[in-house]
Amino acid sequence: MVRFLTRRVLVGVVTLIAISIIVFGLFFAVPSSPAKVMCGKNCDAASIAQVETRLGLREPIVTQYTKFMKGIFVGRTYADGTAFERRCDAPCLGYSFRNDEAVTTILSRTVPVTISIVIGAAILWLLIGVSLGMVSALRRGTLFDKLAIGISLTGASMQVFFFGLILLFLLVYTTGLLPFPSYTPFTENPAKWAQGLILPWVTLGFLNSAIYARLSRAQMLETLSEDFVRTARAKGLPLRRVYTKHALRAAITPIVTIAGLDIGASLGGTFITETIFGLRGLGKETVEAVGFLNLPIVVATVLLAAVFIVVANLIVDVLYAVIDPRVRLS
Amino acid sequence: MRKTDSTPELPATTTDGMGGTVALEVNSPVDAPVGEKAKAFVGRSPGQLAWLRLKRDRTAKVSAITLLVLVVIALLSPVIEKLRGIAPTQPFTDKLNDYAMPLGYAGGMNGTHWLGLEPGNGRDILMQLVYGMRTSLLIAFAAAIVASAIGVLIGIVAGYARGWLDTAINWVIDLTLAFPFLIFALAIIPIVEDNFYGERDAIPASFRVILIIATFALFSWTYTARLVRGQVIALREREFVEAARAAGANTGHILFRQLLPNIWAPILVTLSLNVPAFITTEAALAFVNIGVIEPTPDLGRMIFNSIQYVASDPWYTLWPGLTIFILVLAFNLLGDSLRDALDPKSTR
Repeated sequence: MVRFLTRRVLVGVVTLIAISIIVFGLFFAVPSSPAKVMCGKNCDAASIAQVETRLGLREPIVTQYTKFMKGIFVGRTYADGTAFERRCDAPCLGYSFRNDEAVTTILSRTVPVTISIVIGAAILWLLIGVSLGMVSALRRGTLFDKLAIGISLTGASMQVFFFGLILLFLLVYTTGLLPFPSYTPFTENPAKWAQGLILPWVTLGFLNSAIYARLSRAQMLETLSEDFVRTARAKGLPLRRVYTKHALRAAITPIVTIAGLDIGASLGGTFITETIFGLRGLGKETVEAVGFLNLPIVVATVLLAAVFIVVANLIVDVLYAVIDPRVRLS
Repeated sequence: MRKTDSTPELPATTTDGMGGTVALEVNSPVDAPVGEKAKAFVGRSPGQLAWLRLKRDRTAKVSAITLLVLVVIALLSPVIEKLRGIAPTQPFTDKLNDYAMPLGYAGGMNGTHWLGLEPGNGRDILMQLVYGMRTSLLIAFAAAIVASAIGVLIGIVAGYARGWLDTAINWVIDLTLAFPFLIFALAIIPIVEDNFYGERDAIPASFRVILIIATFALFSWTYTARLVRGQVIALREREFVEAARAAGANTGHILFRQLLPNIWAPILVTLSLNVPAFITTEAALAFVNIGVIEPTPDLGRMIFNSIQYVASDPWYTLWPGLTIFILVLAFNLLGDSLRDALDPKSTR
């Protein structure tokens, strides 16, 4: 188990390093001149050169990369040869090109919004999706099953932007049942936090639960046709026990994997949901930063999204080992 | 989709030899008509069997017809433009009121503008939809085909080659899967454009289209590659491969002449399910304004533009949203049916 874990962590770290090199290389080496973007349109050559020196853009790309990584772990100092110097403590991800705000400050403001959206939605989609799928698998062929299949097919083909706008029109603009979504920190006022986020939760939750219902139904049907389920029933175990104790555990394992990866990927930015509902989360911040070629923010958010995915992978692997004994033994 | 429901279903027992009684002929020749000798035993390849199963699937039929109609409409968009005499970008500002909202009921729907006008710039929604569908389908099909081609090529090599090459390719696949695809696509497209064109030059629409296709393909070949690799590993020890090798066939022949024909089915299924995924992703990118550039019509951008009018003119959101939904639903249904037809064991 320990060896398995160490190997997984090592692979994760190597993957992250590789991704950071690719992202850094692409985003800092490719644009015509980040300094020009940062400096604005009415900038003369001298001030562009000064900005470039201060950001270290004139150094070789490898030096730039090591400085960037050093900044994340121990902090760094920006200097342009003049008296102007700026100390940036670890974890340093640089400063926004637009308003000079530290990227870490921006992240600490936007990440909680995205996490709030994803957590609520994930609880919804796992509860509704998995239970719907399991029940319709157990009642295969009944009206309930057919209804569930129909709903999940529709949901799985529906787009977040369309469904979100329909909900917005029906629940906010027409009937006024819900207020326009907004973000209040959970620590400030939990009730308001939940009220402001119901709409994004329902939007994401419903669409994803459709996918999970399909998935868990197929998984459960497959498990129910396995020999060990027949054996359990032949032994005379009550049906209920066969389903909850034997079949459910086997059927749920792959769903845990997919759920973990989905949650990890969503944390990197649910930018469509955030754009529809005007919530300033990680995704919306990235979209805006991309529009202005605000590279420090773009690089930081892409890297953070990659970290979420890699960590989610790791957690899934560990969970897998807990749920499925075969993984532990090998 | 409702309109296609009214198409009269063919009776289950058609006499064209491809209809409902075929299964009987294959499985129990005793029941087969005795009159014609040739029909007593009909040997059919797996491909033909799959085609028969697909033809008997009502869902597949309905979704295939829907898709065919939509694709034909998209392909004939210049003809439709000629027939209706309305260009997609033609502004009908005289038919908007002082607040730039379309005059008349339901977003300005009438005999001339069947689905109404866009608020703000007064373009005909139907023509925007028709051309937007063409953009969507072109990008989705091109990206799906390119991604599948890369995936098949890499997967087949990884599966057949053992040792370091397999390990290396596997690692690249893992790395690509760890990339936050949507966020990355969102970020890389403007940055690459900036490098090629800078601030001054106008970016040609075709460059953006190619860039989107390339980004999709670059990140989506992994699923096909994984699948193909697994299939090849399962097949490579079989006798027919050994026989080919013993007969002196080179690696290229074994890979593409012996192995590839055996794994078409799963490749076809992933290809067909990739198309709706790309339609959605392309619309999502357009939704945050990183899709196809104005004035090329695009469904996702229409929805993005409609956000500010949702309260006052919901029809503007409804039409492009519905179009994408129908396209994706039909493709998903057809993909599912295709999988069932190609894999008789699947339980659904």
